[in-house]
Amino acid sequence: MDKTSLLLGLAIALFVLGLLGVIVRRNVLVMLMCMELMLNGVNLSLVTFSQQSGDTAGAVLVFLVFVVATVEIALAIPIVLLLVRDKRTLDLAAYGDLKG
Amino acid sequence: MPGTLTLIVLLPLLGFLLNGVLATQLGGNRVGKRFVTTVGCGLPLLSFALVLSAFGQLQSAPGAPLLEVAYRWALIGNSAFEIAFYFDRLTAVMALIVTGVGSVIHIYSVGYMAHDKSVGRFFAYLNLFLFFMLLLVLGRSLLVLFVGWEGVGLASYLLIGFWFDDLANARAGKKAFITNRIGDAGFLLGMFLLYTALGTLDMDRINAAFALTGGAAPAVSASLVGILLFIGATGKSAQIPLHVWLPDAMAGPTPVSALIHAATMVTAGVYLVARLSGVYQHASEASAVIAAVGVATAFFAATVALVQNDIKKVLAYSTVSQLGFMFLALGVGAYGVAIFHVMTHAFFKACLFLGAGSVIHALGGEQDLRKMGGLARRIPVTFVTFAVATAAIAGIPPLAGFFSKDEILWYAFASERGGSPLLWLVAAATALMTAFYMTRLLWLAFMGTSRMSAEVEHQVHESPASMTAVLALLAGLSTVGGFIAVPHFLEALLPLPATQEHLHAYETPLLVVSVVLAVAGAAAAAWLFGGDPARLRALGLRFAGPHRWLAGKYFIDELYEKVLARPLVWVSEAVFLRLFDRRLIDGALDGLATLGQRCGGWLARLQSGQLHAYAGLVLVGLVGALLWSWRHA
Repeated sequence: MDKTSLLLGLAIALFVLGLLGVIVRRNVLVMLMCMELMLNGVNLSLVTFSQQSGDTAGAVLVFLVFVVATVEIALAIPIVLLLVRDKRTLDLAAYGDLKG
Repeated sequence: MPGTLTLIVLLPLLGFLLNGVLATQLGGNRVGKRFVTTVGCGLPLLSFALVLSAFGQLQSAPGAPLLEVAYRWALIGNSAFEIAFYFDRLTAVMALIVTGVGSVIHIYSVGYMAHDKSVGRFFAYLNLFLFFMLLLVLGRSLLVLFVGWEGVGLASYLLIGFWFDDLANARAGKKAFITNRIGDAGFLLGMFLLYTALGTLDMDRINAAFALTGGAAPAVSASLVGILLFIGATGKSAQIPLHVWLPDAMAGPTPVSALIHAATMVTAGVYLVARLSGVYQHASEASAVIAAVGVATAFFAATVALVQNDIKKVLAYSTVSQLGFMFLALGVGAYGVAIFHVMTHAFFKACLFLGAGSVIHALGGEQDLRKMGGLARRIPVTFVTFAVATAAIAGIPPLAGFFSKDEILWYAFASERGGSPLLWLVAAATALMTAFYMTRLLWLAFMGTSRMSAEVEHQVHESPASMTAVLALLAGLSTVGGFIAVPHFLEALLPLPATQEHLHAYETPLLVVSVVLAVAGAAAAAWLFGGDPARLRALGLRFAGPHRWLAGKYFIDELYEKVLARPLVWVSEAVFLRLFDRRLIDGALDGLATLGQRCGGWLARLQSGQLHAYAGLVLVGLVGALLWSWRHA
C-alpha cells in the first residue's frame, strides 16, 4: 500500500467517524466536534490530491475550509450555550420543538 | 368616398351607432326624442332615396348589374373574400321593399312607441336590423349574405325580447334564435360544399358555374347544395319543421312584427333561393322538396290560423302560410312570381300588422279577439285600411294579393318544372281558408257588437296621423301593387318556367275558381261570424276534436318539447354536466389537488425536528449517491 492510498484511507476513516458520531451521539458539543472531524477528513483528502497532482489549488482550498470552520464554530458554540441556558441540557432530543 | 351601394348599407348602421350611443342608457340618454326619431327615420329614408338612384342607374344601363367592392376581407390562396355589393334587378326589388316598407314602418313606430321609455334603444335596434337586412340583400358573396343573415337574426332576437322584463318575451327571443341556429347549420354546410366544389362564394359566379356545366358542376350535386341551403331557409322563413319560432316572435312590439316577421326578414329564405336560382334550376329533387314543404306549410298554417284568438297570432300563422305559398312558387321554378308575392305580401301584411298595432294601441294593449268587436265606427281609418289589406290577402281582384297568388296557383298547376293538379288543389284549399280566417279576423275585431270591458271601451281612440298615414299608404300599395309586373321585370334574370301545353285551356277557369274561392271563403266567414252566435256554438261542439287540435297548433311545440327538448336537457344534465363536467373535469382537477395535499401531508411528517433523523437521511442520500456513481462509473 503506497502513501497516497494510506492517506486517502485515513481521510475516509476520519469522515466516516465524524458522520457516525453526528448520527449516533446525542450531545450537541460532541456532534459539533464530530462535524469538525468530517471537515478535517475532507481537508486531508484535498491536501493528498493536491500533492499527488502537483497543483496547489487543493491546498489553498483547505485554508478556506479552515476559515469557514472557525467562523462556524464561533457562531455555533454561543448558540449552543444560549440553548443550554434555556433548557439546562445538552441532549439534542429536547430541542425538537425548534422545527418551527 | 364610398359609393352609392356602400352608403345604402352603411347609413342605417350610422343610425344604429348614433341612437345606440347617444339615446340609450349607454350614453346616458344625452339626446331628446326628436333627435331619436329624426335620425331613426331620416337615415332609412335617405337609404331609400339612394336605392332609388341606384335603381335609376341600373335602368339607364340595362343588363349590367352595378358592382362595388367595399373592402377586401381576406386573401387566401387564389380566392379573395371581399365585401362586395351587387345590384341587379332582383336586388333592386328586394332593396326597394326593405328600405321602402322599412322606412314607413319606422315612421309608424314614432307614434306607436311614443310612450315607451326606451324609444332610443328601439330605433337603434330597428336601424341595426335594416343594416343587416341590406347587407343580406346587397351582398354579392354568400359569406356577406350569411353575415347579414345572422345579423338580422340577432336584431330579431333583440327586438322580440325588447320588453325583456317579461320573461315570456325573453323566452320567445331565445326560441327564435335557437331555432334559427338549426337551419343555419344546414346553410353553413351548403356554403362549405359550394366553396369546396367551385372555389368561390360569389353568387353570380355560382349561378354561372352551374349554368355552364349543365347541372354536372364539378364534384357537387346541385340538389344536395339546394337542400342544405333550403334547410337554412326553412329556419329563417319559418317553414315546417322549423316554423315554431315565428308565432312566438309576436311577443315583440307590433312594428317589429310588421317589419321583421312579415315584410322583410322572413322573406330572406325566399330571396336566397331566388338569388341562387341558377343552382335550383338544376336541382329538380331539391325543388320538389321545396314545393312540397311550401305547400304543406301553407296548408298547415292556414288551418291553425282558423281558430286562433290572438289577433297577432292569426296574422303570424297567416304569414307562415303565405311564406309557404312563396316556397311553392320557388319549388315549381317560378322564382319571379315568388318575389312578386314577397312584394305584395310585404305591402298587405305590413298593413295588416300595423293595423293590428293600431287596434292594440287603441285598446290599450288588448290582443284578444274575443274582447274586441264593433271597432269599425270607433277607429274608421284603421278599419278601412285593414279591410283593404284583408281583401288583398284574401285574393279579391283587382287588389295586389289576387295577382301574385293567382300566378302562384297557375304555376303550381301547370309548370313543367314540377307543377301538378295536386299542388294546385292543396294551394287552392289554402287560399279558401286564407279568405275565411282573414274575414273572421276582420269581423271579430271590427264588426258586430262590442265585447270590450267598459273602461277599455271608454278610452278607445284613433291612432295619431303618423300612424294612420302609413296605414293609408300601405293600403294604397296593397291596392295597386298587383299592377307592378315584377315577374316580367325580372324575367331576364329569373326566367319563368314553361307551362304544359295541354293545360293552357284551364287558365281562365282556374282564374274564375280562385276568385270564387276567395269570395266564398270571405262569405262563409261573414255568414258564420256575422249571424246567429248559436250557429257558431253548434259548429264548435260538432267539431270539438279537430278544434282542439287546431287551437293547440297540432301540439307541435309540445311534441318538440317531449321529443327534442327533454332528451336534450337530460343529455346535457346527466351526461355533459354531471358526467363530463362534474365527474371528469372537476373530478380530475379535484383529484390532482387531493393527491398534492396527501403527498404534502405525508412528506411533512419527515420534518420531525429530530436532527438525528435529518443526519440519517443525509447518510442515506450519500450512500445512495455513492452507489449510483459506482454503478455508472
